[in-house]
Amino acid sequence: MSKASDLPKITSVADLFAVAYQIEADAVERYELLAEQMETHNNTELVKIFRDLARAEALHRDEIRRMAGDIDLVEHARRIAKWKRGESPEEADLGAAHYMMTPWHALQLALAAEQRALDFFASVVKTAPNAEIKKMADEFVEEEAEHVNLVQRLLQRYPKPSSSWSDDLDPPTSQE
Amino acid sequence: MQDTQGISVAVLGSGGAGALTVGNLLLEAACEVGWQGLLTRTVGPQIRGGEAAALLRLTSGRVECMPDRFDLLIGIDWLNAHRFGAEIEVGPHSLVISDPRGGELPPIVAESSARIVKIPMKDLAKAIPDGRPNMIALGIAGRLLGFGLERLLALIEKRLSGKGDDAVRSSQAGIRAGFEAVASLELGRPLGSVEPPTTKRWLISGNDATALGALRGGIRFAAGYPITPATEILESLAPSLAKVGGALLQAEDELAAVNMIIGASFGGTPSLTATSGPGLSLMVEALGLATAAEIPLVVVDVMRGGPSTGIPTKSEQSDLNIAIYGLHGDAPHLVVAPQSVADCLFTTQWATYLAEALQVPAIVLSDQFVGQTQAVIERPADVAFIGQRAKATDIAGAYKRYALAANGVSPMALPGTPGAQYTADGLTHTERGTPTSTAADHLAQLDKRRDKLDRFNYGDHWATIEGSGDIAVVTWGSLTGAVREAIGRATQDGIATTLIAPRLLYPVRPEQFAAALEGKKRALVVEQSHGAQFHRYLRAHYDLPGEVRVLNRPGPLPIRPEEIHRALLEWRK
Amino acid sequence: MSTLDMRAACKPADYKSDVKPIWCPGCGDYHVLMSFTRAFAELGLPPEEIVVVSGIGCSSRIPAYTNCYGFHGVHGRSLALAAGLKVARPDLTIVVASGDGDGYSIGGNHFLHACRRNIDMTYIVMDNRVYGMTKGQPSPTTEPSFDSALSPGGTGLSPFHPLVIALASGANFIARCFSGQPNETATVIAEAIRHPGFSFVEILSPCVTFRPDEKDWKDIVHAAPVPATNDPAKAARRIMTDDGFNLGILYRGDRKPYQPTAKANIDLAELEREFEL
Repeated sequence: MSKASDLPKITSVADLFAVAYQIEADAVERYELLAEQMETHNNTELVKIFRDLARAEALHRDEIRRMAGDIDLVEHARRIAKWKRGESPEEADLGAAHYMMTPWHALQLALAAEQRALDFFASVVKTAPNAEIKKMADEFVEEEAEHVNLVQRLLQRYPKPSSSWSDDLDPPTSQE
Repeated sequence: MQDTQGISVAVLGSGGAGALTVGNLLLEAACEVGWQGLLTRTVGPQIRGGEAAALLRLTSGRVECMPDRFDLLIGIDWLNAHRFGAEIEVGPHSLVISDPRGGELPPIVAESSARIVKIPMKDLAKAIPDGRPNMIALGIAGRLLGFGLERLLALIEKRLSGKGDDAVRSSQAGIRAGFEAVASLELGRPLGSVEPPTTKRWLISGNDATALGALRGGIRFAAGYPITPATEILESLAPSLAKVGGALLQAEDELAAVNMIIGASFGGTPSLTATSGPGLSLMVEALGLATAAEIPLVVVDVMRGGPSTGIPTKSEQSDLNIAIYGLHGDAPHLVVAPQSVADCLFTTQWATYLAEALQVPAIVLSDQFVGQTQAVIERPADVAFIGQRAKATDIAGAYKRYALAANGVSPMALPGTPGAQYTADGLTHTERGTPTSTAADHLAQLDKRRDKLDRFNYGDHWATIEGSGDIAVVTWGSLTGAVREAIGRATQDGIATTLIAPRLLYPVRPEQFAAALEGKKRALVVEQSHGAQFHRYLRAHYDLPGEVRVLNRPGPLPIRPEEIHRALLEWRK
Repeated sequence: MSTLDMRAACKPADYKSDVKPIWCPGCGDYHVLMSFTRAFAELGLPPEEIVVVSGIGCSSRIPAYTNCYGFHGVHGRSLALAAGLKVARPDLTIVVASGDGDGYSIGGNHFLHACRRNIDMTYIVMDNRVYGMTKGQPSPTTEPSFDSALSPGGTGLSPFHPLVIALASGANFIARCFSGQPNETATVIAEAIRHPGFSFVEILSPCVTFRPDEKDWKDIVHAAPVPATNDPAKAARRIMTDDGFNLGILYRGDRKPYQPTAKANIDLAELEREFEL
């Protein structure tokens, strides 16, 4: 996972927008990938959940784009929003996916991702070189905190499944 | 004067006696005065110092098989000659020159009623400083064949030019001594004289001709693993490819070799490997891949005695089954067979052309006999068969690598072509190349790959069909020459016979074959395999006439024209 | 757009095809695919100039998931196929993808000779220490205690050490990565592609289905404490003695890559003269 030392250097509001934009774009892509995986493995309930999560992040991404006005975020992000080590903070952990995963698991992944995004923007606030960036970063922190709350509320609807959630009585299939 | 039978000479020796060199020099001398000829060899299992025999046949015209028996047999010694004595038949009209200190004559020679003359070749050689008995033998054979002494002396001077004057002097002394030793001897059948050639002639082996045919067809990449008797093809290609801008990789094994050429061909370069039975066995999995992924390749199998390691140095036609049926699944591909040393060039070139045109692997079934025989041939004509692969260059819309084209051949995009990226796959795939397991996709691609081969027009080259008459002799590959010679004799006896020798063995051509057999009442099948693989193949795919006889035998004993002739004569009774 | 502009515009997504992977959710290979596309984007290579070659196994499904040219061949022979392709087409960038079964077992001999031959290509082995496509048999890198239907009570065999073998056989670049760090892995893959000659990248890529224990790898792996060496003796000591979870570029050799560069200098008629009498 991302470490403070790997954060892209943010020296302007445009940088911050670009990084925030990229974080949301990565999150969308990751949820879409997970939805595809669930589709391939016929877990339709999870397809819907991951698609919904992707849609929510896409709204957020587009909102950032609107807020950024004339700045070409896509191009700017391509140049500066890079994580040499670890992953983009809001990407759900691919390694934790499972073909029989339940909504509870999906929301756990989402919760962890939102929490990482929150931590990331909090660290930007701490290291912001000027007030303008700090103010903007504060807004992102607030937003991510809202998301964390939202996922936590959603989780109340889905209790933790019993330990047998991944039991599959069919054997795996031999392929090549 | 026409002398189609010609003269045949065998020179035997062991332990470095140099018998093969004698054969080589005699062929060279004969070529100079206009004879055509074949030079082959039979050897023991040793790498150095083994027993070896040079088998030479000289005729005034085209010659494509060894004779029934040898007119002249020179035994520098007879050590272990029983190992291949059966391959060197002599008869009452033959002359055998034997060294009294050369050991016991093999029974097949001793009991042959041939005229046997003892000449102490070893002692004659000993009397000359650094003298060698093979030079005595060269003098003997040279004189008996009617070459003048000067020609022989000049020949050795040219051959040994790099070895210094002493070497030339001692060899020439040996030739003189041999020449003198047979002053009062004559061959039973004299060697006629021939017209000097008016056209350009080549001296070439089948393996070298194969390599040249490949280059003429457009092969520019080869990979291979050394194996007898195919290695010379690779050794011929390695320097040649470098000179024409191509490359050869020596692979770590045959599995790698065949996959290397798949890779190179996928990249767009016409590619070839050469091997023998054991190597082909290792390659068949990848040939299935090339069939499924539609990658053009040429695989030359120079057949040797099998199964397993078998007899690596001797010929057999027993890889027919693996070449046709060795691939798992339904995997239509090409199998072709050259019919002579000269035809190695044409057939390999044609195979390259077909493989490229049809995007499929082609197996060329050569064999040790044509592969390692040196022949004097007319310069093979330049033919228009140069590999032309249908390529996708202008990509509009989604590229379908395996599109179901009307003729089954879908244009191939080479890496580097923008917008046509696809993954070639051995898994059953859709037209786009994406893996699939549906019945419909599987059937569509199986149909496509079968139809592209079936619907192609192979022209007249699919088979050699000669003569007329209600008897057909059906054969293939290197036996074609022996059958042609036998049919020539049968025709003189008034037995009208047709030669049918398919050059294209797979896919089968039922319509053309039926047309060739039209009106035939009898068929004689001639092949060099213990299991009569060719006969069974014919039975599986074609309707043969009512009466069928099979003349089959495993290697290494060649099937001689006389045996085929005799089988035809029996039908007249 | 000029070629240069196109290069500038390459994003990882441009290297992904629309074919959906059949890998199990949670499989490390999803991350490896991501690392591939990120490395290609970093290098800015046009997708049509890259060929991804593979054999058989879970890992070997990767070519079709990229938007590059690909070859999904037979089991164990991808390196040979790639060698032929690169010699015939030196203009292409060749990446070979394999797994521990495909690359180290059935393809073991080709691995040695590809290292020795040192043709300019990048060999990426996704090592999950198990056969996934055939339901969980031990591979050459599996621990001796691994119990399975085919190895009841464990194999009792020492695992194969691919990095040591690569070094001894002459590989010109040796690295170890962990799939769960796709950005670090992408950087190493890009470096491996840039490095001339035969580059070998072993990626520890957990199998969630048959080796759930490998989920722990993410807590075990650690970055190599020192930078890559070009001294094979030093590299041998490091690779032989590390814990198998030491990540990064471990060896960078300077051997010259093998590439025949023959130019046509004669025509066929000249070759034929050798046979004229």
